[in-house]
Amino acid sequence: MAEHSHAHPDNPLKYYIGVFTLLLVMTGLTVFVAKYDLEHIWPPLNIIVAMTIAVIKATAVVMIFMHVRWSSRLTQLIVVSGIFWLIIMLAFTVSDYYTRGGWPTTLGQ
Amino acid sequence: MAEHATHVEGLAHHFVSMEQQKEAGMVGMWIFLLTEIMFFGGLFLAYTIYRTTYPEGFLFGSHLLNVKLGGTNTVVLIVSSLTMAMAVYYSQKGDRKKLLAFLALTLILGLAFLGIKYVEYSTKIHDGLFPAAATWNPPSEGEHAIPVEKQQAVHVFLWIYFLMTGLHAVHMIVGAGILITLIIMAQRGKFTKNYNSPVEISGLYWHFVDIVWIFLFPLLYLTGYHFTPGGH
Amino acid sequence: MATEVMETTESRVNYLNNGTTVKSWLLTLDHKRIGLLYLFSISFFFAIGGIYATLIRLELITPQGDLLTPEMYNRVFTMHGVIMIFFFLIPSIPAVLGNFLLPLMLGAKDVAFPKLNLLSWYIFIIGGCLMLYTMLSGGIDTGWTFYPPYSSIYSNSQVTIAGVSIFITGFSSILTGLNFMVTIHTMRAPGLTWFRLPLFVWAHYATSLIQVLGTPVIAITVLALAFERTLKIGIFDPKLGGDPVLFQHMFWFYSHPAVYIMILPSMGVISELIANMTRKRIFGYNFVAFSSLAIAVFGFLVWGHHMFTTSQSMYTGMVFSLISYAVAIPSAIKTFNWTATIYKGSVSFDTPMIYALAFLGLFTIGGMTGLFLAALGLDVHLHDTYFVVAHFHYVMVGSAVIGYLGGIHYWWPKITGRMYSEFLGRISAVIIFIGFNLTFLPQFVLGQLGMPRRYHAYVPEFQVLHILSSAGASILAVGFTLPVIYLAWSIKYGEKVGPNPWMASGLEWQTSSPPPTENFTYQPVVTHEPYEFENVEEIKQARQAELQRA
Repeated sequence: MAEHSHAHPDNPLKYYIGVFTLLLVMTGLTVFVAKYDLEHIWPPLNIIVAMTIAVIKATAVVMIFMHVRWSSRLTQLIVVSGIFWLIIMLAFTVSDYYTRGGWPTTLGQ
Repeated sequence: MAEHATHVEGLAHHFVSMEQQKEAGMVGMWIFLLTEIMFFGGLFLAYTIYRTTYPEGFLFGSHLLNVKLGGTNTVVLIVSSLTMAMAVYYSQKGDRKKLLAFLALTLILGLAFLGIKYVEYSTKIHDGLFPAAATWNPPSEGEHAIPVEKQQAVHVFLWIYFLMTGLHAVHMIVGAGILITLIIMAQRGKFTKNYNSPVEISGLYWHFVDIVWIFLFPLLYLTGYHFTPGGH
Repeated sequence: MATEVMETTESRVNYLNNGTTVKSWLLTLDHKRIGLLYLFSISFFFAIGGIYATLIRLELITPQGDLLTPEMYNRVFTMHGVIMIFFFLIPSIPAVLGNFLLPLMLGAKDVAFPKLNLLSWYIFIIGGCLMLYTMLSGGIDTGWTFYPPYSSIYSNSQVTIAGVSIFITGFSSILTGLNFMVTIHTMRAPGLTWFRLPLFVWAHYATSLIQVLGTPVIAITVLALAFERTLKIGIFDPKLGGDPVLFQHMFWFYSHPAVYIMILPSMGVISELIANMTRKRIFGYNFVAFSSLAIAVFGFLVWGHHMFTTSQSMYTGMVFSLISYAVAIPSAIKTFNWTATIYKGSVSFDTPMIYALAFLGLFTIGGMTGLFLAALGLDVHLHDTYFVVAHFHYVMVGSAVIGYLGGIHYWWPKITGRMYSEFLGRISAVIIFIGFNLTFLPQFVLGQLGMPRRYHAYVPEFQVLHILSSAGASILAVGFTLPVIYLAWSIKYGEKVGPNPWMASGLEWQTSSPPPTENFTYQPVVTHEPYEFENVEEIKQARQAELQRA
């Protein structure tokens, strides 16, 4: 009845060390980039860079430390649906705030 | 599946097999983490809305935070995630000594995180930056002055900071409690090669709390890192 | 009440006579007993909510506000809403019937986490006690929606404690949903594939999904509200830089899907009732199953239709309006498929079927009037009027409560091993149907004429309609009281029944009534498709022969 999980690697320690290194490097990188005012180039650039790095870090933790890479389809589906629902909540609410201001005035007359 | 299982150590009566019990535990934890995503999600939503409402205030407020302490805590949590993963690995190998060592290490790192957080909080409260009406007394003169017209926006940033990191810290405290329980159980030899899902399930929780911090650190601490008050 | 059951049921050990002490009930890990604990707790809250409803209807008999002061009236309608929604409707079918039936329907010995199941009942009780404390210390006057800044700054009532109570109760709901999802995923009997599951289970899966994904958001929202109120932080208060519309977004992100927490389990009950009472395989099983999931998913995309009259962007409003219309599609699929199932079935008119038929009519009215309110322009006219009140009562009482009562009657012989008086059952079902319509149909007219909700005084022109409504409410009260009496009576004096009094399909009918603690004395194996009835062909042939003779 359960989906068979993909086989765990015999020795996951090398993956763990790899992810650990990646996390440290990425933390350094995000601190380094944050020192520079990229908002002069494009206002949201700072936050985009920071969030991209954070997403990469989170993905690495989820996939390797939390074994999702080797987990059942069901587990993977739960992870994806969590992200999906979070995006629904953020996207719809933000869409409200970004499109306020009513109709173009020409239509109002 | 159809045959009746004879009594197995650690198998609850209503499950048919160890595999079923383990799967139920894992799925249950993942669904719990799903609720946690939405729980923190509400605050991330508030962050998003208020950041777009008060971009300047968020730069200013973020600048008040101590990146060194926040960064140290980030590293502490990353290391603790590694030690937790190792603990899970050795529980599956049935190596009780190493399991205990890594659980203890994880606990120490978790407590270190909370200690640093305590230092940060007390400094902020001492500076009059805790955004409750009774304690809110931001300096309007001197080195760390916050201009009066920015104070409301900074107030908004700071309650988001305290609420998000506070909720995260509560999760860390719960995590520490779980680790202590695991250590006691491991010491009593409850975990074997065949029965270790409590360790694995707790590991998932610990990593989740780490992931929340991975997002909190840049959103709260680094947003105003390039910003110099009065500059530009 | 428990001891009475013990004396009269057979000497055979079942879940009711297996342990008779109070402790054996309060510390039980048996999902069936926990279901009964919930049954008593929510019936208690239903009675309290009903008292508040009575006060509302009494006040509204006359145009002048002469029974209650305006402040009292605010508290009364708020407490009515809060108690009925958070302490009756949301736990109603999942926590009572779901707890009792889900493992039976899956052929499992219990839910996946029995201790968690008991814990969630205790959490519910703690939350409930806090709500009772709120009630006794004056109640709250914000409306069940808790909109700030009124709730956080200006209201003098017990908003903080009520918020904490809802925060706590929310975890009960989350844990029940979590338990059900894991149980459905991992505890199905051999051969019980997803498409052999009873539709009741599908509906509960969809419900659990909403409980798990939505409830945490309201938890964090009321927590933030409580912080704002106690610490005077500007989370939602515009005076301190907060944004009250953000509260509404976060509140409705849960509270709209919460409507589906109330209605989806009821739809699951109705699917069981209609298939088994017409002895026909449900028409379009897959469509009915997937429409539950579709409702759960769509339900999360429409919350903005509660905010058409706020500063919400009109463009976003259009999107929310369109998706709200889309929810009608899976709802209509269900309604049409139920109707198609009845067609040419061998319909029995026993009490559960009368409830099912009432559901079909009332849900159609409730659902269709929802479409009026989803229309951007029309909603501006109807917003916060009695039209809205009538609409959601058609869905929450006319559909959710009717489904709950239908389910209670249908599974009553399974729960107690006894049959209630069929005559009284039918009578009270009809009384409820008549009383309900008399109460709420006039309210559609009132709202359309401009009677605002939450007012304790009104212009004299509306009095006739209000009197009709109050008269209906008193009939409804009789209808709700009758089942309490004859169901309680049946526990001691009802006719004993065998495992399957309705000749229904489904695993829960294969075990004895009441079931043993372990549910099944053997490991059930499923080899049949759902809703396969043994003698359907015979009945059909007999009927055709009859037609030919005619």
